[in-house]
Amino acid sequence: MSQQSSTIGSEVTWSAEGAAVNTADANAAGSAGAYPGASEPPHLSVRNLHVHVGGNHILKNINIDIPNKGITSFIGPSGCGKTTLLKTLNRLLDRQKGVVVKGAVLVDGVNIYDKEVEVTDMRKKMGLLSQRPFPLPMSIFDNIAYGPRIHGIKKKKQLEEIVEYYLRATHLWEEVKDRLNQSAAALSIGQQQRLCLARGLAVEPEIILGDEPTSALDPVSTQRIEELFLQLKDKYTLILVTHILRQARRLSDTIVFLYMGEIIEYGPAEDVLLHPREKLTQEYVKGFIS
Amino acid sequence: MSHLRIATGAPGTAGPGLGSARQSNRRRRKLEAGMAKGLMLTCTGIITGSLLLILWSIVSKGLPSLSWEMITSIPGGGFYIGKGGGILNAIIGSIYISLGSVALALLVSVPVVLYINAYAQSHSVLVNFTRLVFDVLFGIPSIVYGAFGFTLMVALGLRASLWAGILTVALMVIPILTRAMDEVFKLAPPELSDATYSLGATRWETAKVLLRQSVSGIVTAILLSFGRAIGDAATVLFTAGYTDSIPTSLGQPAATLPLAIFFQLGSPIAEVRNRAYAAAVILTVIVLIISLAGKYFGKRLSRYKV
Repeated sequence: MSQQSSTIGSEVTWSAEGAAVNTADANAAGSAGAYPGASEPPHLSVRNLHVHVGGNHILKNINIDIPNKGITSFIGPSGCGKTTLLKTLNRLLDRQKGVVVKGAVLVDGVNIYDKEVEVTDMRKKMGLLSQRPFPLPMSIFDNIAYGPRIHGIKKKKQLEEIVEYYLRATHLWEEVKDRLNQSAAALSIGQQQRLCLARGLAVEPEIILGDEPTSALDPVSTQRIEELFLQLKDKYTLILVTHILRQARRLSDTIVFLYMGEIIEYGPAEDVLLHPREKLTQEYVKGFIS
Repeated sequence: MSHLRIATGAPGTAGPGLGSARQSNRRRRKLEAGMAKGLMLTCTGIITGSLLLILWSIVSKGLPSLSWEMITSIPGGGFYIGKGGGILNAIIGSIYISLGSVALALLVSVPVVLYINAYAQSHSVLVNFTRLVFDVLFGIPSIVYGAFGFTLMVALGLRASLWAGILTVALMVIPILTRAMDEVFKLAPPELSDATYSLGATRWETAKVLLRQSVSGIVTAILLSFGRAIGDAATVLFTAGYTDSIPTSLGQPAATLPLAIFFQLGSPIAEVRNRAYAAAVILTVIVLIISLAGKYFGKRLSRYKV
């Protein structure tokens, strides 16, 4: 716990430093856990979050504000709770057995663990990319159109426009435009992951969650996905779980370092990766623990 | 590699003791692999052999008696002492009962399977209990279903009818259909429902995607159930009854192929006994046609499967 309190204490320091980078907001440094340069309240914040799975205390007192836009990466050794944290953000963890969640995850100010919250509306705000791409068992066209359809868009013309727009956004259009009615399962795994990204974007989320989204991909496909993330980060808030430090370095604006279910350190990527304050972070970044 | 060998001593003596044990060990492993393979081949041979033997005995005895008249006409006068007529009554009755019961069973099984796989918390008490119930029902012999159906009929004052046969066979088929579909749904990757939920889908919308993913398995389950439904004699013995005419309404009794086989096989007249085998050939061909058709449609329907 002493580790924890020192981390929270140091957040304020970081906020003060961060304010130098972007001087937009004076209130940011004042409120606990606020991130630097906040001109608007964060889409996503986590407050006093504890997660138990089958009696194990997986996440311990997580407090964090995810900066709007840009890429935030959760890093840390295997089993540190990064994927669990990601899955609590859109309540996918609920589907597992024996999960107890305490605390709050605020999406646009609303605690998604409140009983009154409509889970489907909340999830629509957050796209998900899993470790391996899982296209829906339908054609390429229907994969993209699925989300817009369930949210009420029925006109064929409009769906066609949406499908083309998001396939272009993920640079898939040229590769698949002649076979939109073929099974999505026939695409290469790299193409499938871009399709899944396009499918997620088509429901117009604010946030994109990526659970090691390139871990099953070859280097070329990985590069294409990473390029896409860098293009998308101006419009969306991206949260990635990665166990590849170099990837975190290439992509991240903000880094969250987790160890044994606690946030050890978080802040701008350069600070955490190049000048980590905590000893554990230093050891992880240097590769002594992994 | 060569420098490695120099570093660790003579080739093949890298570690303590491995060199001397290696020769006999290699022989033992080879023997073990050979024995396993032999066992597998023997068992496969026994199974396919007995199946072929059954088929051969049916076809060799039944084919000579099989005629166009047999599959296009109902029993004429004196059919059961070897005179003219056919078993169209039983063919039609069997198709009615098996199609009707499988359709009825699907209406019950699909919601159950969707509930335990897409709605209920996985491995909850209710889900485990439901699976246990179906496992137990799976193991109940079909004569018990027949007796149950008969008791129900007596209690309700009904007589043997197509309707009662369909209901009783459906009861027998529901556990088979449910468990077979359940196994397929369990195979659907959990990430698939993660994906639909992340798009803001409801449970029902997710269930529909799971249904699409599992469609080939559902077809297999239907085929399995159809085979059981059309081949079972004990469930229809008391409930559907037997008649020489083709039923024209659900309230009339209906003949079935398994019972046609059963009754004719007990005859002292050789010609009638051979007709039992011909009926078995017809039954086998119907099952074969349904299987091939099912495979074809299953393949077409599952072309998007991931």
